[in-house]
Amino acid sequence: MSISTQATGLATRAAEATPSAARRPGPPARPARRRRFSPTPYLFLAPGILLFAVTILYPMVQAFQMSFFDWKIVGSATSEFLGLDNYARALGDEQFWLASGNTVVYIVATVIPQIALGLIVALLLHKRSPVQPLYRVLYYLPVVTSWVVVSLLFRFLFADEGLINFTLGDLLHVTSGDTSWLADRWTGLAAICALGIWKGIGWSMMIFLAALQGVPQSLLEAATMDGANRWQRFRAVTLPAIRAALGFVTVMLVIGGFNVFISVYLMTGGGPAGRTDVLLTYMYRQAFEFLDLGYGSAVSVLLTLAIFVLSVIQLRVFRDRSGEVLS
Amino acid sequence: MTAGRRRVSGIPASVARYLLLSAGAVVMVIPFVYLLSTSFTENTFVLTMPPKFIPDPPTLANYEQVVATQDIGRYFANSLLVAVTSTAISLLVSSMMAYAFARFSFRFKETIFRVLLLGLMIPAIMLIIPQFVLAKQLGLLDSLGGLIVFYVAGSLSLNTFLLRGFFETIPGELDQAMQVDGANAWTRYWRLAIPLAKPGLATATIFTFLASWDEFAWALTITNSPENRTLPIAIRLFAGEGNNAVQWGVVFAASAIAVVPVIIVFLVFQRYFVQGLTSGAIKG
Repeated sequence: MSISTQATGLATRAAEATPSAARRPGPPARPARRRRFSPTPYLFLAPGILLFAVTILYPMVQAFQMSFFDWKIVGSATSEFLGLDNYARALGDEQFWLASGNTVVYIVATVIPQIALGLIVALLLHKRSPVQPLYRVLYYLPVVTSWVVVSLLFRFLFADEGLINFTLGDLLHVTSGDTSWLADRWTGLAAICALGIWKGIGWSMMIFLAALQGVPQSLLEAATMDGANRWQRFRAVTLPAIRAALGFVTVMLVIGGFNVFISVYLMTGGGPAGRTDVLLTYMYRQAFEFLDLGYGSAVSVLLTLAIFVLSVIQLRVFRDRSGEVLS
Repeated sequence: MTAGRRRVSGIPASVARYLLLSAGAVVMVIPFVYLLSTSFTENTFVLTMPPKFIPDPPTLANYEQVVATQDIGRYFANSLLVAVTSTAISLLVSSMMAYAFARFSFRFKETIFRVLLLGLMIPAIMLIIPQFVLAKQLGLLDSLGGLIVFYVAGSLSLNTFLLRGFFETIPGELDQAMQVDGANAWTRYWRLAIPLAKPGLATATIFTFLASWDEFAWALTITNSPENRTLPIAIRLFAGEGNNAVQWGVVFAASAIAVVPVIIVFLVFQRYFVQGLTSGAIKG
C-alpha cells in the first residue's frame, strides 16, 4: 500500500509541474519543428505505451462502461444495459453507506495520528546523532513489511488471548482483558486503525525528516535570540517551512485511507456480518463473490470520484495557505 | 527562569528525547519479535497466558512443516520468478520510455507523459474488475504470466517518472559527443544513459521488486491452482478464515520466510529507499 501511496504522490506533484513545462513558449520548441520527423523517440516509447494502453487505459474506460450494465462474464450471456441503476442501487443501499462510514472513520482515525506521531518522531530524531540511523530503521520497519503479514500478525495480537488483551488487562489493568476485539464493529475498526497507524508512522516520519532539512537554521537561531520558546519557534519557523510536505503527506494518507483493503479483508473479513466493511471490501465482495461486476464497477467509480474531488480540495487548501504565508 | 530553561534543554532533555524515541521503537519492534518467537513455538503453547517472548521449549517444527509438507519452496520460487521477471521487464520498458522523454523532443511529448501519469493517480484496485475481465479475454487467468503482465503495467508510470528525472540530470553534452562519434540512439541509451543512471535504476528496482513480491489483491483475484500460488496467497491460506483452529506457528514461520529477505534488502539498500521516497516529496 505504501508503495502505491508514494507513487500517487509523485504523480500529483508531476502533474502540477508539467503544465508549465509544456506550455512554455519560445526557443526550445523551435528547433524541434524545423527538424524532419524522426521515428526514434516513438520506437523507444512503443512497447511501454502499447502495454499501458491495453492494461491501464482501456480498463479505465471499461470501468465506466461496465458500471452502466448488468455485466455478465459467464459464457454467451449478454450484458443488459441498466443506465444509472447501479448507481441508484448503491446510493440506496444501507450496507454501502455503512461501508462508506467505516471508510471515513478509518481515514479520520489513522491520518491524524500518522501525521502527528510521524512529525513528533521526526522532530525528536532530526538532530544528527550516532543512533539516529538505528531509530530511523526501526520506525521504518513496518512500512517495508508486507500488508498480508502484518494484517495476520495484528489479528493474532488482537485475538481473545492475544498480547493486546494481556497488556491492557493483566499488565495495565485498563480493561478487563477479555475484549473480543474482532467480533464487534467499533473494537474491530479500532484494531484495524491501530494497524494502519502502526504501519504508517515510519513513512510520514521519513518525509518529515527530509522536509526538516529544509528549515532555515539561521531563522531558528534568530528566533532563539529574540527569546522565542520551542513552541513559538515551531509555529513561526518550522511549520511554514514544512507546509508543502505536510500537504503532500495529508493528501497521500487520505488517498491511502480510501484504499484500505488488505487489513480489513484479513483481520475481520468485513465481519461480523459486514459491520466492519469498508468500501473496497464491499466492492470486492459484490464483484468477486456475487459476480456482480457492473455494480462493483459503479462502486469503484464512485470511490475514484470521491478520491479525486477530495484531493483537489486538499491541494487547494494547502496552496491557499502557503500563499497566505508568502504574502 | 532563564537558568531553569537552560537546564531543561541540557542533558536531561536529550535523555527524555531518547526515552520517548525508545518507547516508540519498542512498540514498532515488539510485534516482529512476537512473530519470530511464535514461529519457534510449538502450537500447543501458542496464545497461552502470560505471553512468552522466548520460546520454551524452542522448536523448528513449524519451519519443518512449512518446508516439508506445505510446499513453501514452490510458492517462494513462484514469488521470486514473478517479482524478478516483472522487475526486469518493467525496468527495460520504462527506462526506454524515460529516455525518449528525457532526450528527444517530439510532438505530443508532454501530453503523452501526462496520460502516462494517470496510471499513478488512479489507485490500482479501482481497475481490478475491468482488468479481471481483460485477463479473462486474454486467457491470463490463473497463470503466473497474468501476474507478471499486470505487475509490469502497474509499475510503468512510477518508474518512467522516476527514471526520466535521473536521465535529465545526465549532461546533454555527453550525448552529443557520442552522437558526433556516430553512435545511434540505442547505443547512447544502452551504453551511456543506463550506466550513468544506476542509482535511479536501483531505486526503481527495489520499489518494483517489493511491490510485486508483496502484491495480494490481484493474485487473490486471478490465481486459483496451488502451482500458481505466490507467498502472500499461501500465507493467507495457512491462516484460514476463523481464529481458533489457526496454526499460528506455521503462519508465522511462513511469514518469516517471506519477510526476512525483504528486511535484509531494505537494510542493505536503505539509501535507495530514502532517495525514492524523497525525490517525490521535496522537489518543488
